[in-house]
Amino acid sequence: MTALDLSRLITAVADTIAAHAEELTVLDQAIGDGDHGLNMKRGFEAVRAEAEAFSAKPLPDALKAIGTKLVMTVGGASGPLFGTLFLALGKEISADPDRANLTSAFGKAIEAVAARGKSHVGQKTMLDVLQPVHDALAKGSSLAEMADIADAAAEATVPMKALRGRASFLGDRSIGHMDAGARSTALLVRMLAQTIGDKA
Amino acid sequence: MSNVGIVIVSHSPLVAEGTADMVRQMVGDEVPLAWCGGNGHGGLGTNVEAIMGAIDRAWSDAGVAILVDLGGAETNSEMAVEMIGEPRAQKIIVCNAPIVEGAVMAATEASGGASLKEVVATAHELSPS
Repeated sequence: MTALDLSRLITAVADTIAAHAEELTVLDQAIGDGDHGLNMKRGFEAVRAEAEAFSAKPLPDALKAIGTKLVMTVGGASGPLFGTLFLALGKEISADPDRANLTSAFGKAIEAVAARGKSHVGQKTMLDVLQPVHDALAKGSSLAEMADIADAAAEATVPMKALRGRASFLGDRSIGHMDAGARSTALLVRMLAQTIGDKA
Repeated sequence: MSNVGIVIVSHSPLVAEGTADMVRQMVGDEVPLAWCGGNGHGGLGTNVEAIMGAIDRAWSDAGVAILVDLGGAETNSEMAVEMIGEPRAQKIIVCNAPIVEGAVMAATEASGGASLKEVVATAHELSPS
């Protein structure tokens, strides 16, 4: 991946988060504390502001820099969770990853997020999107398929009962709403798939 | 200062500061104490950079116990400890205890020269588990 590609990815992701900030906030207001959209937007705008410098780094260092920036700027539990995803990915990925390396690095990054959030799949969190996307990556799905799988996985959090985070305080009342973190994760996956796919 | 330090991390700066006031009333200046609260942009929330700053201000070679309110405060505090890194990280513990009672009890224990382990155990006694 060239510096130009990475810079384009960062811009595309920041645009998507900004465009959906209001929607994410509404989802979070329903069963959380209502700050997810604004927090994610703040974080990805901070990443965008340094897109050029980050993109000049080798991929592992760039991902770690993005992760650290998210940790420092998002605020709320999403900061450490999304930050850890990128930090761990940067730690595990090679400078020029093939699908096998990406799959294994992504798998380890998901484990790191699960450890950070003391959570696992099935608790109505971002993990419920990350894991199916990882599985699709592992079995050779196309980018477009992965984006669809991510959307369906986010949708599948609607009937779940939240067992982690602020939404878990609501118990059964969390059922019937999509998890905001699952939604923003699906947005990231679709935008990454689309931007990389455009290029391919 | 040889006593264990106490850090208070709340989503609300008012809660954090008020809790710190209650701790001070109990132990005066016998315990290094720092608090932080808010997302750094005027809203409710917690912030890794602010937590790292509070740990620095309350730093003691005997260690630091962190009292938090809701989930994000815990996650951000754990992240802050990780970013501070070793060797200091092993002397910092995020307590599982109610923030106000935990901070006052932990600080009282710390003011008597108790170890980090003892201070944390005192806070944890307040949590049913």
